[in-house]
Amino acid sequence: MRTTWLVLAAAAVGLAFPAAGVTRAGAGTLNMIAWEGYTQAQWVKPFEKQSGCTVHAKYAGSSDEMVTLMRSGGGGQYDLVSASGDASLRLIYGKDVQPVDPARIPDFKNFNGAFRSPPNNTVDGKHYGISLQWGPNTLLYNTQKVKPAPRSWGAIYDPKYKGKVTVPDNPIQIADAALYLMKTKPSLGIRDPYELNAKQFAATIDLLEQQKPLIKKYWALASDEIDLFKNGDAWIGASWPYQTNTLKAAKAPVADLIPKEGATGWLDTWMVSAKTKNLDCAYKWLAWISTPKVQAQQAIYFGETPVNSKACAWMDKLSKGSCKQYHADAPLAYFKQIYFWKTPIADCGNGKNDCMDYTKWQQAWTRLKG
Amino acid sequence: MAAGLDAAQGLGALGRARRRVGGALFRRPWLRGLGLLAPPVGAFGFFYVAALVVLFVSAFWGVDAFTGRLVHEWTTGNFSTLWHESTYRTVALRTIGIAAAVTVTDAVIAFPFAYFMARIARPRTRAVLFVLVLLPLWASYLARVYSWRLILNSDGLLNWTLHGLGLPSAGIAYSNTAMWIVFSYIWLPFMILPVYAALERIPHSYLEASRDLGAKGFRTLRTVVLPLALPGVVAGSIFTFSLTLGDYITPVLIGGASSQFIGNVVYDSVNQSSNLPFGAAFAVVPVVVMGAYLVVARRLGAFEAL
Amino acid sequence: MESRGTRIALAVWAALVLAFLYVPIGVICLYAFNSSNVQSWPIAGLTTRWFGPAIHDGDMQRALWLSLKAAALATALALVLGTAASFGVHRFRFFGRESVSFLLVLPIALPGIITGMALNSYFTFWKLDFGLWTIVIGHATFCVVVVYNNVLARLRRVPGSLAEASMDLGADGLQTFRFVTLPTISTALISGGLLAFALSFDEVIVTTFTAGAQNTLPIWIFGQIRLGQQLPQVNVVVFIILAVTIVPVALAQRLTRESGILRTE
Repeated sequence: MRTTWLVLAAAAVGLAFPAAGVTRAGAGTLNMIAWEGYTQAQWVKPFEKQSGCTVHAKYAGSSDEMVTLMRSGGGGQYDLVSASGDASLRLIYGKDVQPVDPARIPDFKNFNGAFRSPPNNTVDGKHYGISLQWGPNTLLYNTQKVKPAPRSWGAIYDPKYKGKVTVPDNPIQIADAALYLMKTKPSLGIRDPYELNAKQFAATIDLLEQQKPLIKKYWALASDEIDLFKNGDAWIGASWPYQTNTLKAAKAPVADLIPKEGATGWLDTWMVSAKTKNLDCAYKWLAWISTPKVQAQQAIYFGETPVNSKACAWMDKLSKGSCKQYHADAPLAYFKQIYFWKTPIADCGNGKNDCMDYTKWQQAWTRLKG
Repeated sequence: MAAGLDAAQGLGALGRARRRVGGALFRRPWLRGLGLLAPPVGAFGFFYVAALVVLFVSAFWGVDAFTGRLVHEWTTGNFSTLWHESTYRTVALRTIGIAAAVTVTDAVIAFPFAYFMARIARPRTRAVLFVLVLLPLWASYLARVYSWRLILNSDGLLNWTLHGLGLPSAGIAYSNTAMWIVFSYIWLPFMILPVYAALERIPHSYLEASRDLGAKGFRTLRTVVLPLALPGVVAGSIFTFSLTLGDYITPVLIGGASSQFIGNVVYDSVNQSSNLPFGAAFAVVPVVVMGAYLVVARRLGAFEAL
Repeated sequence: MESRGTRIALAVWAALVLAFLYVPIGVICLYAFNSSNVQSWPIAGLTTRWFGPAIHDGDMQRALWLSLKAAALATALALVLGTAASFGVHRFRFFGRESVSFLLVLPIALPGIITGMALNSYFTFWKLDFGLWTIVIGHATFCVVVVYNNVLARLRRVPGSLAEASMDLGADGLQTFRFVTLPTISTALISGGLLAFALSFDEVIVTTFTAGAQNTLPIWIFGQIRLGQQLPQVNVVVFIILAVTIVPVALAQRLTRESGILRTE
């Protein structure tokens, strides 16, 4: 009996000590917040071997989540975040990220012009991160159930597909509806799907309310949408190329496209936490993720476009024709037809201040879901 | 006298000190009580209750719209939004409704099972059943909920079985019905255990006496067994009701387009909108509901049967 | 006692309930062998190729180890605090006695998200580092009541005369506790401790808020579910855990059968 107690006590003490080491990330461990599919073993394992830094990734499905995670626990929990344009400014103004020195990134000079100092990560000439990749939010559909192939975003507002539609569970999705109205109802006068005054906003929400009975599920996790399409619960919806690639690899009959109205999209930046304790490893990661080969690998895996102009050659080497498929060599015109995510603010950019800010978007979205 | 005894027992200095302390404690019961209760109550007070109080105080604050930082200014804006917008009423009613449905379902499923386990099964069978009921709790909650997707999907196991039997598809994937089924499944062991414990405690002599007095099986069940088992049922219902009331993961994985729970709105407020005060304000609803439920449950004797 | 028809009907019902409980478990175990990484019915094919990567996955091993440590520490804390509280409530009459039970049941009665949010803000306020100990504190809040209730229920059935007799025979408080009281409540401690361990090991909602950047096993599982690329690995892990825990659960059940010392009827 006595020995049992002694053994238990020793075990308890033994457990508690290494605990002290676990609570703080060891030097050389990077905790990063990333979109699903951004930290695949394919390019993370070589990085870990080469740099000696370990990578832990936490997935987030929306920019909002990323902002919250970055701020959680006083802000020192994570070292890096792959923030999209609608999170990056919030992080910069909230002082959650620190400026980075592009001179420490060898491939920075190979970035396409538009991505070296884009407004979503460069403020007053200071760089608060390194551009990563960009891509469109696509229209995904089941090729066997949706015939002929859709050409327009109108397909996801079409009662023909009642109960088989899915769109992301994210307030920024309002911009997609606004984009559709921008092209189909010019009388509303929408110039930018992220700058909506009260009347334009009401019309957009109206469209979304009409869409609600058609929706099977608002997908919050990428795997939600994969399951929906694979198991016949959804035939058409708004998506990322990541889902298309995964479904095609699982032999599901799907295809995606950018409809004629254009699309919203994302432009991601790797940002470094203001309170990181692993700045060295963070810079090593930034340098690694910007190299042409890794840019190509990630672009092909997720289905997005790299910012490094040298990646195109690598993409064709890894997967013939992928450079063109993912527009890595596309002219500026393609880039300009995508309306990249940005945080809606009250300032409409035309002198007026009556646009709906993001809080109103979030409240409207919660009301819509009911 | 005491010293003499110590010497007689050959105790060393430590033993004598222990005796003195032990004696002092024996003569001052309040000190013993304090020593026993101070650590748990103190720890709870410092870590848990204080944290709760701070959370609910923050329900009266606001946030900066752009950066999401807390603004320490007193306001009842959150509560007035909750009261005036019908969305939140809908969400609250839906959550409470499904929680109630799950509780009733689990009680109905668990009672005959627990009765079988407690009063009919042989001791060996009972032991096996006990292990079988506890074991699912060790298979990850997430994995079990996720596997229900496979069962309830349009092309899933359920429809496959129905088609095999010549029946039409049950279109319950991603719906409130699906959530009701999954919740009932997940919390079932939590209902079975207290009901089993309560039924097991009923002395056999009571049932014999009831029969001797002329009651047939059903009458005995209604007038003797049910009242005695009620505390166990209510204790189990505390689990099923509160666990459903606060859950937000199953609605995300299993729910459909109109399946938001209180937990989802609170979670989104905190994690998506960075609006902790609003989340805290809405979180008051399940606290009030559970508070009322606990008061009723205590009346019905559930606390002795947990 | 009950009619034969009733017995048979109840046995059938029990079998159906067991089937209900185990069909999803069966699905999980079956899909550990899924040859496709996307889950759909019927199963795409059978393979054991996921077992190797799942067992050797560094992230999973770290998460599992953290879960085990946190559960063990939380259970230990719950055993100490829960037992102390139950003794305090059982033996002494004082003002606010009922409130102790109420207080301890709160963490399990209130939604986990509230506990999680509250603790998160609180830890941030006190500038505590998120990690093992914040997880343990979060888990201990709801583990305490499980032990408390088990021990209290047992204490109510143990005659107080045993302890008094021990003291009359010359044992001091500690000796009485060790040799007389502890054996009578040991089975309650085991069953309470086991349930507390299970609750802590599988907890995800409170842990999401108190773990910081660390992953416990449930958080790792949720990350894998989000990703959707290696789902069979999750099934493999759950399958192995189930297989491994059958033994301790069965053993604990054996140990907690009624011992002669408590026959009071």
